[in-house]
Amino acid sequence: MEAALFILFAGMAIGCAISMVAQRNPLYSAISLIGVFISLACLYVTLGAPFIAAVQVIVYAGAIMVLVVFVIMLLNVEEEERRPRLRLLVPLAIGLAAVLFAEAAFIIFFVQASPDTPTRNLSDVGLTSSIGAGLFTSYLLPFEITSILLLMAIVGAITLARRGGLLPARASVVPERERVEGK
Amino acid sequence: MEDLTHIALKLMGILVAFTVVMTMVAYTVLAERRVLGFIQGRLGPNRVGPGGSLQPFADLLKFILKEDIVPDKSTRFVYFLAPVIATTAALMSVVVYPFGPEIHLPFHLPLIGDAIPLVVTRFDVALLYVLGVTSVGVYGIALAGWSSNNKYSLMGGLRSSAQMISYELALGLGLIGVILQSGTLDLYSIVEQQAGHLGISGWNVFWVQPLGFLIYLIAAIAETNRVPFDLPEAETELVAGFHTEYSAMKFALFFLAEYVNMFTVSMLATTLFLGGWNGPFVHQVPILGVFYFLGKVVLFLFLYIWLRGTLPRFRFDQLMSFGWKFLVPLAIINIVITATIEWSGAFDYVSKFLKTSLGWGG
Repeated sequence: MEAALFILFAGMAIGCAISMVAQRNPLYSAISLIGVFISLACLYVTLGAPFIAAVQVIVYAGAIMVLVVFVIMLLNVEEEERRPRLRLLVPLAIGLAAVLFAEAAFIIFFVQASPDTPTRNLSDVGLTSSIGAGLFTSYLLPFEITSILLLMAIVGAITLARRGGLLPARASVVPERERVEGK
Repeated sequence: MEDLTHIALKLMGILVAFTVVMTMVAYTVLAERRVLGFIQGRLGPNRVGPGGSLQPFADLLKFILKEDIVPDKSTRFVYFLAPVIATTAALMSVVVYPFGPEIHLPFHLPLIGDAIPLVVTRFDVALLYVLGVTSVGVYGIALAGWSSNNKYSLMGGLRSSAQMISYELALGLGLIGVILQSGTLDLYSIVEQQAGHLGISGWNVFWVQPLGFLIYLIAAIAETNRVPFDLPEAETELVAGFHTEYSAMKFALFFLAEYVNMFTVSMLATTLFLGGWNGPFVHQVPILGVFYFLGKVVLFLFLYIWLRGTLPRFRFDQLMSFGWKFLVPLAIINIVITATIEWSGAFDYVSKFLKTSLGWGG
């Protein structure tokens, strides 16, 4: 049962990932990426981490990818042409893929049999309450630092979005209009 | 074998839940047309069957038999995918809602046992699951608008993505108050906690959450693209918005998705704020819970129809500033208030007072 589900979702994830890279139309790539995120979420559920799965869907599939799709739709991006420049990157890509496969093979063949795998409290790992308790007790400092980082990113995004710096956007528009009318 | 029985039982549960929801959705459409007719001083469909009660089936037949027109320059694959995403995302959240308490049978059924839970599945993060599945539904509308290759459709799709992202935030923040109060994301436990005196006094809407309830209700109407937030399909500006180019069964799927969304959103409001299946005498007669639950959902559906009959549409800038500058800050204030009350333990005093001096169970 578990194995069947794993094969199903892992196959979906890999298929969507390949389709994401292979598609020429950016919107199809984006849709494939959403497929990858959702199948990964399903895998998390089978691994007993429903909270991570839900957050994966809400944050990645539900928020970030909506913005990506939104931008693609607004700009009406055309199909990408296969550029000769990219051909130079093919050997590099093959090399990196080989490294990844070597890593995966190393983990499968050498790390799996480690005898002292921590097994304590496996029943409540991945539950919302245990994640919350962990975030606000033992990992409070990293949590707060991440929050501040996110806050900085928000402030930065708003500052960049307003081209006239920190002044209200109107201030830069009004004189321009007056100048045009004065002519 | 055990696995197979388990899967078969779950599938049966899903089937029953879907049948109930689909039937009620079909009759919501009829109710909407009749109630709108009443509000506007006309009759509405009353010819098919007694009082129009077979109208949903006539509509369905019409949708199936009509010609399915696909625009020439549409992006085929996405055009087909969009209604599928919209309907699937809308239907998927049905499985986590508790329709009633566990029902104990007087006899022993093979395979099932003597207790039937009226919820398909229970898990730790049911509420997050609902939010996640709902957030995927945006793609159905956005992709439909894009793939139709029609400027009105595209405008509708863009409007709806912007609107749904904005109001999802207010919706999620409005729910945090309830989560803080119950301390769990499991919908079944949240309902059980709201039992109270006669199954009424424990409802979350009475305990600090009236503000949260209001925020959720407004955001939910916006999430389902209903009047007064129906800008994605504003017929005076955009023909029919994102589904302008859809016909026959594909249009029916969007139609279905919209009404199922209305239904699930109402179920969530009932579950979180109005005590779910709690009501007088549920503990003695558990089957009453189903009727209380569906009755409360029907109240919300009526509210939807009533609003549609009486309110004008927002302008787009009004919609955005209302969401971001009013609802979101209000939701944050609600979180601060709830957290403060939870932290100070004010509720324990109140419920103790109610219990000792008025004899109300808390």
